[in-house]
Amino acid sequence: MNQYPLWKYLLILFALLAGLVYTLPNYFGEAPAVQVQPKHGSVNADSALMQRVQDVLKAANFNPDAVTLDATGIKVRFADDDTQLKAKDVLQKELGDDYVVALNLLPRSPQWLTAMHALPMYLGLDLRGGVHFLLQVDMQGALDKALEGNASDIRSDLREHDIPYSGISRDGAALTVKFRDAESRGKGEEEIKQRFSGLLLNSKEEGGDYVLLITLKQEEMKRLQDAALQQNLVTLRNRVNELGVAEPVIQQQGADRIVVQLPGVQDITRAKEIIGRTATLEVRMVDEDHPYTQGMPAPLGDELFKDQEGNTLAVKKAVILTGERISDAKQGFDNRSNEPAVHIDLDAVGARKFKEATRENVNKRMAIILFEKEHGVLKGEIVTAPVIKEEIGGGHVQISGHMTAEEASQTALLLRAGALAAPMDFIEERTVGPSLGKDNIERGFHSTWIGFSAITLFMIAYYMMFGGVSVLSLGANLLLLVALLSLAQATLTLPGMAGIALTLGMAIDSNVLINERIREELRNGISPQAAIHAGYDRAFGTILDSNVTTFIAGVALFMFGSGPVKGFAVVLCLGILTSMFSAVLVSRALVNLIYGRRARLSKVAIG
Amino acid sequence: MEFFRIKHDIPFMSYGKITTSISLVTFILAVFFLATRGLNFGVDFTGGTVMGVHYAQAADLDNIRSQMAGMGMPDVQVQNFGSSQDVLITVPLKANKVGAKLSDEVRDKLHARDASAEMRRVEFVGPQVGKDLVDNGLLALLLVSIGIVCYLWLRFEWKFGLAAIIANLHDVVIIMGFFAFFQWEFSLTVLAAVLAVLGYSVNESVVVFDRIRENFRKMRKVEVHEIIDNAITRTMSRTIITHACTQMMVTSMLFFGGETLHYFALALTIGILFSIYSSVLVASPLLMMFGVSREDFIKPEKPETQEVLP
Repeated sequence: MNQYPLWKYLLILFALLAGLVYTLPNYFGEAPAVQVQPKHGSVNADSALMQRVQDVLKAANFNPDAVTLDATGIKVRFADDDTQLKAKDVLQKELGDDYVVALNLLPRSPQWLTAMHALPMYLGLDLRGGVHFLLQVDMQGALDKALEGNASDIRSDLREHDIPYSGISRDGAALTVKFRDAESRGKGEEEIKQRFSGLLLNSKEEGGDYVLLITLKQEEMKRLQDAALQQNLVTLRNRVNELGVAEPVIQQQGADRIVVQLPGVQDITRAKEIIGRTATLEVRMVDEDHPYTQGMPAPLGDELFKDQEGNTLAVKKAVILTGERISDAKQGFDNRSNEPAVHIDLDAVGARKFKEATRENVNKRMAIILFEKEHGVLKGEIVTAPVIKEEIGGGHVQISGHMTAEEASQTALLLRAGALAAPMDFIEERTVGPSLGKDNIERGFHSTWIGFSAITLFMIAYYMMFGGVSVLSLGANLLLLVALLSLAQATLTLPGMAGIALTLGMAIDSNVLINERIREELRNGISPQAAIHAGYDRAFGTILDSNVTTFIAGVALFMFGSGPVKGFAVVLCLGILTSMFSAVLVSRALVNLIYGRRARLSKVAIG
Repeated sequence: MEFFRIKHDIPFMSYGKITTSISLVTFILAVFFLATRGLNFGVDFTGGTVMGVHYAQAADLDNIRSQMAGMGMPDVQVQNFGSSQDVLITVPLKANKVGAKLSDEVRDKLHARDASAEMRRVEFVGPQVGKDLVDNGLLALLLVSIGIVCYLWLRFEWKFGLAAIIANLHDVVIIMGFFAFFQWEFSLTVLAAVLAVLGYSVNESVVVFDRIRENFRKMRKVEVHEIIDNAITRTMSRTIITHACTQMMVTSMLFFGGETLHYFALALTIGILFSIYSSVLVASPLLMMFGVSREDFIKPEKPETQEVLP
């Protein structure tokens, strides 16, 4: 009666083997590595670059353990931190500014393991060291700015169409436009309705004035907020790229927050400065009379900037427009040729300046330059440099020709990113130094190990053979749990490690329940085989019930917890699943193997 | 080896009045301390800045205090953390005028005085974040409670769900009462521990309830209190052994897990001790009070009547 069919044994064996394979990478650990990738999306990491990296390293007498090429770039693994840091400096110097050279960690496990997607557990910031920022986007600021932009547009629009009005003012979330008579208000309303689709108009009389109350439509507000958030995300991504972080996390959290996580960043002050800075955008003319030649200084009155492809252009110092005049930029299509294009909206002042500049510079190139402060120095890069075909009035600018839809939307994003849509505040910061991370791993590991040993001694002393079986199945539980965590690449935090320890401490409950039940049945005078059978059978219902309640707690923690607590919840939930498997199936299989075959079993070692 | 070979059932239910009064008193005390002293919330909830600084030699706390005061922050908590070389500086939100930049300023200042000063950890939490965490924590507590009651209702009976959740929420309040009385720091990790205890100690009640249900089916013509006494006595060995094992792990965390896990382990320890007490000596008397009976599980047999059909 205590025999499993062969397939059950095989299934358990298979699960344990799989567990072993996916746990193995944690045993090998991770080694320091350097990751190289091109800064611009237009260039890909390829085997030529890999060759170059290898040559540079060879010339500088470095002996990397491995050099690999994958989708995220070229990764070079070293034996120790010291070599890694030196190699990073050498590579950055030799490859130049067009490449991001970042520090990273790579699994030290053999190739065949990595090929099976068997990776070590993904360590959270509190274990590997790094920075976590939570930024709050000031949405009210974005909306106010949009409303202000609308106000100045309406002002020049009404003036252009000779509609008399006596004043426009912003009062909180509404604009008030005053007219002298109902007729001009009617005309004004008609005009504004036609030009500004995102505005909600309400007319009323106030102290003899004919007033038009203007607010943003609900969907317009939502669009503006989404756009502001997306824009800030793009800006942050561009900035973090410069920091040289191997696996940055930049994500939206909730409606108006952005999480930035930079694992392994050493220079926190610099990270904060780069993330917190504000970028500006300028429109200037390309100096066509004095084209730049390689190796020469900039012509008089010009400055040199690189564009997205890495070409250098000489650009005049005089500024036509700054990014604040750009109210929106989106990807669209040229309505004549149907080619992908970038549509830029300028505010009233910008439109007037742009009109003048384009009138005087037909058939010349203008440059849109993005400036960002780095180490206290303003550094500019050309986003795009189109040729002016004709005079452009009205504040609606279109850039088209020789670009894909993807490039167009990228340019639009960069243009928007130049002028931060909304200011951002740091509302949370968590920094963990790398040495503290190492300490934390050690402590977590130690406490789990000591606790496990204590349980082992106790269980074997108290339940003898069955205690040994319980401990073995608890070991299987640990193996499977670590394998699952590695396979899922869930983030392991210090509370997560505590979760592993706690899960093990709690998982032994199932085995205690079973063992106690078997003892009780034996005491009632049932034969050992029947007692084993009844013990496992009856305990199962209880095990299920008690695990479900803990699981409920785990799920709630996962839903509402944040950061490290989430890591704890993941471990708790996965641990319950693995403990059900190991405490019931694995331990039963072991007992069956030990006692199941003996037909006339008179005594079992259960203490 | 066997610690518990109990021949006769222990009449737990006859102590019901005493045990529930004891826990009522403990509960009231806990609520009293929570109300008068309040929880010593960590920066996770209140907002503020915590900086962990490591020195090569034993740190001079007074010196650091005066440096902080020199920066215009006299109300700053400076204390050793784990060892004499590690210092924890806590700046409340009120005293901090520069927000997230504070840690950079402090880093520069301390580094200028002693080059070995290494900022190993910074936690800055703005006021917006803390409020969300409190809301989410309470929501999680509510959700766990509802989820557990529903599950137990489904598997057993509403009386069981209610008894278990009352007994175990009482554990949660008592843990928090301890944290209020000793003014231990109540952080996000402690909250996680408290919720884990809720799940864990319900588990404890479930084991006893399971046995009660089984006894109702097996032991006919026995009084309800005897059935419960028998269930508790027979599961007692398992209760003690399991908790001892879990406590071994938790103790190991308490002593070897470092400062971060210290209060986490402490909350679990209190939780484990009280969950034994409450699931045995509170949940079961409550169950009696709610009037659990055999009919909750076994449908009374229909009297066989003869029917005359037309």
